[in-house]
Amino acid sequence: MPSRILRKRKLIPGMTSELVIEAPHIAAKALPGNFVILRVWEDGERIPLTIADADKEAGTITLVYLVMGKTTAHLETLDAGDDILDLCGPLGRATEIHKVDGPVICVGGGTGIAAMHHIAKGHHMAGNRVVTIIGARCEDLLLFRDELCSFCPEVLIATNDGSCGRQGLVTDLLVEMLENDKTVAEVVAVGPVPMMRAVAEATRPFGVKTTVSLNSIMVDGIGMCGACRVSVGGETRFACVDGPEFDGHAVDFGELGARLTAFKDQERLSYEEFKSHGCNCSK
Amino acid sequence: MAATAPSKKTKAPRTAMPEQDPKVRARNFEEVALGYTADMAVAEAGRCLQCKKPACRKGCPVEIDIPGFIKQIAAGDLDEAYAVLRQTNSLPAVCGRVCPQETQCEGSCIVGKKGEPVAIGRLERFVADTHLAKTACETVTGGPACSMPRDDLKVACIGSGPASLTCAGYLAARGIPVTVFEALHEVGGVLVYGIPEFRLPKAVVRQEVEAMKALGVEFKTNWVGGKTITVPELLESGYSAVFIGVGAGLPRFLGVPGENLIGVFSANEYLTRVNLGRAYKFPAADTPTFPAKHVVVFGGGNVAMDAARTAMRLGADKVSLAYRRTEHEMPCRREELHHAKEEGLDILCLNAPVEFIGDETGRLKQIVLQRMVLGEPDESGRCSPVACQGDTCTLEADMAIVAVGTGANPLISQTTPGLDTYRRGYIVADPATGETSIPNVFAGGDIVTGAATVISAMGAGRRAAKAIADRLLGPGAAGQPPDDMADDSADA
Repeated sequence: MPSRILRKRKLIPGMTSELVIEAPHIAAKALPGNFVILRVWEDGERIPLTIADADKEAGTITLVYLVMGKTTAHLETLDAGDDILDLCGPLGRATEIHKVDGPVICVGGGTGIAAMHHIAKGHHMAGNRVVTIIGARCEDLLLFRDELCSFCPEVLIATNDGSCGRQGLVTDLLVEMLENDKTVAEVVAVGPVPMMRAVAEATRPFGVKTTVSLNSIMVDGIGMCGACRVSVGGETRFACVDGPEFDGHAVDFGELGARLTAFKDQERLSYEEFKSHGCNCSK
Repeated sequence: MAATAPSKKTKAPRTAMPEQDPKVRARNFEEVALGYTADMAVAEAGRCLQCKKPACRKGCPVEIDIPGFIKQIAAGDLDEAYAVLRQTNSLPAVCGRVCPQETQCEGSCIVGKKGEPVAIGRLERFVADTHLAKTACETVTGGPACSMPRDDLKVACIGSGPASLTCAGYLAARGIPVTVFEALHEVGGVLVYGIPEFRLPKAVVRQEVEAMKALGVEFKTNWVGGKTITVPELLESGYSAVFIGVGAGLPRFLGVPGENLIGVFSANEYLTRVNLGRAYKFPAADTPTFPAKHVVVFGGGNVAMDAARTAMRLGADKVSLAYRRTEHEMPCRREELHHAKEEGLDILCLNAPVEFIGDETGRLKQIVLQRMVLGEPDESGRCSPVACQGDTCTLEADMAIVAVGTGANPLISQTTPGLDTYRRGYIVADPATGETSIPNVFAGGDIVTGAATVISAMGAGRRAAKAIADRLLGPGAAGQPPDDMADDSADA
């Protein structure tokens, strides 16, 4: 059954948008860390997107995506009032959230900031002190700053060009915090693979628990295919049902990064065709 | 045996199945077997001895009245032949294509004792296809008599593969409203994501499903049992009974180094991309797979054959199938092996994988194989393969597909307190009724038995449906027409 898009907000024009989607059965159960699988048209590909927010009362979930291929480009052509053909969830294990003594530092990069937002909010609701660190190339590409500030008093910002917050990387701010505060209970990182890897390396010497949320390629999202397999502590795990969150110190990021390129030629071809001809579905 | 005396007509040879030419079909996704014509079907039906105590029927997990439907074909009454099939089988067009008839009905056929058995599967397919050529509406009006829906009852089936579809079809035909919850975006389970188009066209599955919708079965796709909705939630929300038919979908891997290289797929992933995702149409369809020059498939079952034959059709220069034992021990249907060899499959028996080797970008480039010999028979009766130490070879390969079986998906058991499972995660269910450790919760198919056949899952779905109907409508009520089998089974 198709799911209706109620609101659309262009966060970075042409690149990133936020969709609020009517999906009461998913919203009722969506927890921080969960994701959905969606499909846009009849011969479309199933892609996973992390749930950025959920509102049980309104019966809606919020998704934020970066336009990076055919399916997300197609999604970007939809507007409020349009339907998403297939929407399935909530999938994956929810974030393990407990009341802890020290602060929880949530690090987000790029579109990952939106996904991190749901986790940070979960820790906040559990009564934990949450510090968020977000990064992007420049200020215009920073997402969800206001949403984070609405509940989190400590939102630290790093940009590559220094247009907002500290000039540098999120890990620069993270290391400073870890050096100054020995009570940090946990670090959570969501973002591009190189960022999550850098966060895990930055926290390793401090021995602080570090959770990363992986964005593997998936097909079904329910444990049937193993496309999303990832080595964690030398064991093969499925990001869809065993994750998507894992111990960042145990994840083989090299393998993860390589596996994300499995279909890069096909993805490029598909995206180029879409950009020049539009979707096959409208033919 | 109480067979009637063989007459001259039994001397006629088994009617051959028209097939696409192997060279042509090895490069397309059209169905391999083309189906009997009406004349062929009548000729083949004439070979049946109409045994008084038909052994074929005992060989069928859903106990189809085989002599009964064949008799109607011989008499030219195909509507009646279909009615006989549908008495016990919700998916005859599927079974006629994918059942291992040689070990079931045809394996028990008396005609087969001295010659070739009656082609029961081909006749079943002929009857079902002829019927499906009509509209869904006609299917309903001509279908089993349906009592008034019982608004006070409803049953949930989780999963929409052969077990759940059979369970749903049986209950709906008795006026019990059924909701089927399917995790994927398309209904049919393994029939749509697993079995390829050239063996079971998706249109056939869709038509069988449409016939069920017309009977009043409600299908909810994109609902994941154990995630979107759990078994306890279904019971709380008013479902009188729940049937769990989710299959055994968790792929097993080989556990050898390099298995996570790009280019190493589980058969589930490869087949799901191609069948459910229509990757054979890429880029017209969005889901990709990638072209490979040399594909090596591991395994010897029907899934391995499906994967190998799919890879050929997607343009591989060479497809090899590596198996630890010999062709004799392969669990696949003989027909699948025969078809695959006709199409050019290279078979590497007595070879087991040792290591996958990749290039600097993490893509598969070579596979190291270990030579094996057959040792003593194991508990399954098959000879166990034993490694010939030091005897290995290295193949150039850019794709490997692992088809060495599946395990139980834990999504349901993790979210259903009180549901007993075996150590490997399969659900404990009463063999006679399918009822689990939780009252009014039933299970059947691969999630109970481990990976098996479409028809055995259908048998389990049918047994559970009968038990559910007995429970909800009162004992005996479920034995009313259109199901006339309940009484016969006593004299087995």
